[in-house]
Amino acid sequence: MLRFVLRRLALLVPVLVGLSILLFAWVRALPGDPARALLGQRATPEGIARVNELYGFNEPVLQQYLLYVKALLNGDFGRSIQTGQPVLESFFEKFPATVELGMSALLLAIVVGVPLGYYAARHQGRFIDTAIVSGSLLGVVTPVFFLAILLKLVFAQWLGWLPTSFRQDARIDATHITNFYVLDGLMTQEWDAAWNAMVHLALPAIALGTIPLAIIVRITRASVAEVMHEDYVRTAESKGLSPAVISRRHILRNALLPVTTTIGLQAGLLFAGAVLTETVFAFNGVGQYLFSAISQRDYPVLQGYILFIALIYALINLAVDVGYGIIDPRVRVS
Amino acid sequence: MATTAVLAGAALLLSSCAESERGNGGEEGTEGEAGGGTFVFAGAAEPELLDPAFASDGETFRVARQIFEGLVGTEPGTADPAPLLAKEWTVSEDGLTYDFTLETGVKFHDGTDFNAEAVCFNFDRWYNFPEGVQSDDFAYYYGKLFRGFAEGPKAGEGIYESCTTDGDDKVQIQLNSPFAGFVAALSLPALSMQSPTALQEYQDDAASNVNTTDYSTKHPTGTGPFKFESWERGNQVTLSRNDDYWGEVAKVDTVRVVAIEDAKARATAVQQGEVDGADLIGPADLQPLEDAGMQIMAREPFTVLYLGMNQKTKPLNDIKVRQAIAHAIDKEEVAAASLPEGSEIAINFMPQSVTGWTDDVTTYDYDPEKAKRLLQEAGADGTTLEFNYPTDVSRPYMPSPADTFNVLRSQLEAVGLKIKPVADVWSPDYLDKVTGSADHGLHLLGWTGDYNDSDNFVGVFFGTQTDEFGFDNKELFDKLAQARGIPTVEEQTPLYEEINQDVAEFVPAVPIAHPAPSLAFGPDVTGYQTSPVNDEVWSSVTVGD
Amino acid sequence: MTIPLPPAQGPFTGNDPSGPETGAYEEDERGLSLWRGAWRRLRRNPTAIVGALIVLAFVVVAIIAPWLTPYEPGSTQWSGEVSPTSVPGPSPDHLLGLDRFGSDLYTQMLFGARQSLVYGVVSTALGLSVGTLLGVLAGGLGGWVDTVIMRAVDIMLSIPSLLLAVSIAAVLGQNAYSIMIAIGVAQVPIFARLLRGSMLSQNKGDYVLAATALGIRRRRIIIGHVLPNSVGPTIVQATLNLATAIIEVAALSFLGLGESDPAVAEWGRMLVAAQDRFEAAPRLALLPGFAIAVTALGFTLLGEAMREALDPRTRR
Repeated sequence: MLRFVLRRLALLVPVLVGLSILLFAWVRALPGDPARALLGQRATPEGIARVNELYGFNEPVLQQYLLYVKALLNGDFGRSIQTGQPVLESFFEKFPATVELGMSALLLAIVVGVPLGYYAARHQGRFIDTAIVSGSLLGVVTPVFFLAILLKLVFAQWLGWLPTSFRQDARIDATHITNFYVLDGLMTQEWDAAWNAMVHLALPAIALGTIPLAIIVRITRASVAEVMHEDYVRTAESKGLSPAVISRRHILRNALLPVTTTIGLQAGLLFAGAVLTETVFAFNGVGQYLFSAISQRDYPVLQGYILFIALIYALINLAVDVGYGIIDPRVRVS
Repeated sequence: MATTAVLAGAALLLSSCAESERGNGGEEGTEGEAGGGTFVFAGAAEPELLDPAFASDGETFRVARQIFEGLVGTEPGTADPAPLLAKEWTVSEDGLTYDFTLETGVKFHDGTDFNAEAVCFNFDRWYNFPEGVQSDDFAYYYGKLFRGFAEGPKAGEGIYESCTTDGDDKVQIQLNSPFAGFVAALSLPALSMQSPTALQEYQDDAASNVNTTDYSTKHPTGTGPFKFESWERGNQVTLSRNDDYWGEVAKVDTVRVVAIEDAKARATAVQQGEVDGADLIGPADLQPLEDAGMQIMAREPFTVLYLGMNQKTKPLNDIKVRQAIAHAIDKEEVAAASLPEGSEIAINFMPQSVTGWTDDVTTYDYDPEKAKRLLQEAGADGTTLEFNYPTDVSRPYMPSPADTFNVLRSQLEAVGLKIKPVADVWSPDYLDKVTGSADHGLHLLGWTGDYNDSDNFVGVFFGTQTDEFGFDNKELFDKLAQARGIPTVEEQTPLYEEINQDVAEFVPAVPIAHPAPSLAFGPDVTGYQTSPVNDEVWSSVTVGD
Repeated sequence: MTIPLPPAQGPFTGNDPSGPETGAYEEDERGLSLWRGAWRRLRRNPTAIVGALIVLAFVVVAIIAPWLTPYEPGSTQWSGEVSPTSVPGPSPDHLLGLDRFGSDLYTQMLFGARQSLVYGVVSTALGLSVGTLLGVLAGGLGGWVDTVIMRAVDIMLSIPSLLLAVSIAAVLGQNAYSIMIAIGVAQVPIFARLLRGSMLSQNKGDYVLAATALGIRRRRIIIGHVLPNSVGPTIVQATLNLATAIIEVAALSFLGLGESDPAVAEWGRMLVAAQDRFEAAPRLALLPGFAIAVTALGFTLLGEAMREALDPRTRR
């Protein structure tokens, strides 16, 4: 197992190095001048030239890259061209927002999805099964942003139940330590702040969590349905084991394997949905920031953020694989 | 219920029976005294830094206007200069010497006295900015207005000569070349007075990155009605009332400025009561907000939106074609379909309140038949023209570019032109293409004036040969340069009027409208005073009853 | 933005009951050919019928759109009747009313189907062809070619596909090609992995061993035996990807990419444009939103039914 993990980590190195080179070349290949993006409408040719000189964009690309790598090895990810803020600093402000959103969405998907899928499988062919399956299909095909707009309209604008923007009410005096607002609220015992942050998470999490939810329902259902007909389940039944024991020990345990994989994969894919969700709900996270960094050609931000995200994505995948190996001994052999 | 009204440039007075739907207005103030509470305002972006001398973005200025004050302010609701930290001033005949008399007894937030010495400290600081911050992404306004610094590539080109104190409350600024807009320019937040003590302690103008110095992020110190509390990057800026303010003390206890990029989301946030007010509301959101009991306000337009024509491309180099396009446009319809209420139709490239505006210009009234005839004469009937417009942006002068593009296209197609739409993301793609290359035909652009100065409009557009318009008109360039050098506004007026007539004759672009940027407020906000040049200080604002 | 159809991307495809069963169906116990059997199962599956009907309706509308409406798509000739706060509703002349830019909404909806079909098919075809080529090269040649291609695929997968698409659009400008290429490129890794996995699993199959033993050339084995056996899962994946592509087009439009004409008859763009007229005319957003969802549903149902039909395990 350890060798497997080490091998995977070793494989990660060339991917990250390759990615850093590609990224570096790619952001510079984008047409459009970061200096102009910085100066906006007031840009003059002279002004642009000065800025390019100041940031070293006139140097040969190779030299820029080497300087970048050198700084990276010292833990320096550079500064945003737009705001001058160190990339790492802004990352640790915005990343918790996206993680908080993604985790809530995923949690929602798992907590609701697995029981629904299980229930549907146990009542295969009945009306409730059909309803759950159709519902999950709708969930899969509804575009995230369409759902987000609908939710916003219904729950916020018409019913007025839930807030539609920000991570926390701007009128609340909340202490932020980790920038995970819910966690911060709990740590500092500012219960109203924690609750407020949770309420703000509700709509974005539903919008973002619906697709994973639908997928988890479907995978769980399919997987449970398959395991239910396996010989070992029939054996268990004929041995006279109680249905509860069979469900827990034989069906769920085996059926959850593919579900685990799916959850791991969703974690990575959630990111794309997060860009759209964050935009609709003015939720100040990585997705929204990265999107504007592309349009503003903020090279250091793009490079740093995407490297980080790729690393995290790879680590999640590794964790899923390791977790999978722990649950399913058969995988470990290979 | 709250009455709602679109009031240009006037304080909004609310019926006193305004019902607050939200109880969380913050800590209650004592009855009869200042209302207290928290005023939350949403802009479109985060401030870049909090030292306004290094800023050119409106969001930094929005915050800076609460913390800092300049020698000169603006007459409420107008762009005209008015006394602020300077009680009065005189100008010498040659326009080179300015004498200011200062308010006395004013203190910076850190207790430092505001006096003649502090004024000279600021002027000398700007003049001596090190090379690193002289570039346009930092000391943009100083560099542009004063045209040079003590050192660096522009050493010796500056118009600033010296600052001399005469006692505590008198200051003399000496220029070496006349600058008619000098006093008006001093109302810009970039030239506001900052505490010398705080600057010395926390600011480092030679830092490799002035955006992140202690002063720029944690200790901005001015004389204004609000004191800086904290800036949580990516979240909000918090200011608190300056109880020792030399003028009328602010009414609310706390002010928070947040950023919501999306115009639609800003409107929703106001409607939901998540913020008390928001800037740059899209035209389509105004009616729904009003219906929901929110208050809508419009700034008196100090903007211009125009349809630019690139004379490097055929057939736009033909003046007949440009005239035809001008006649094809129904400005009223464009405004009705895509601009907020309160916008004005434009015939000059500057709003009416700016020196040199005149109604004695060729106006090219809406006349599709004439447009068709002119196109036929030019042999340009049925030509395909590229039409560039930006996406994903709402500018104060262009709240909804796609809609504006759409109406204009229909009008141009109606006179027999074919339009090929070319859309780009605003910055840098669109700006690159339209202002940095010859690869465009028709395009939409505009301007928001920084302060009351004619050169800040026509000079910016037509002062030199540009890729944007692609023409070379030496006569026009010379006239603009000459006008800029005239020492007083009175003497400038006839020349700028002449320039406006020349420009209208030459049709390098069609001025369409002076769009009025819209703001929205919750039902229980009172006392917000709009300003055409965004000089909006929130000391008179109250929240809740 | 991806509709995450995890099976094809997951490392444990084989264990995933809803995943495509690559290379698992070459024997058919009843002697019926694979395709005929699949067709028979498909016809009897109500899901397949619903999916097929939706897809059929979509394709037919896309093709005959010009004969269903007297107006041109993207024509904004009624722009004078629209204002920021009011959009004329249904009338005899305009069955669904006008849209925000003053076009006939009914016409825009019809031609939107055509646009979606073209975007979906072209981008999927692009992803399919490039992905298949890479997958076949990787699986067929093995060795360093395999390593290089699969590392490249890993790198592509580690960049959020949405950002990739956005940057492609930044390079190519705002037009139809850039959006099709962006979505096509994002699909490449999916097909590359699918094909490679399929080839690797078949490399161990008895018939490949037999063919190799008979001395048949490697290239002929791949073209003559291995590839045809991958056709099934590939078609399934392509059908499912069409659904994804249609939604991705809308997502990119939502972020302001895509064609330059604001009044283009494209559902995603219509949905975005309708966003700030939501209170005045919700139908402007609801109709294209549901159209996207229903079309994606059609392709998903059909794809899943095909997958089931091709999967021998569902026949027990």
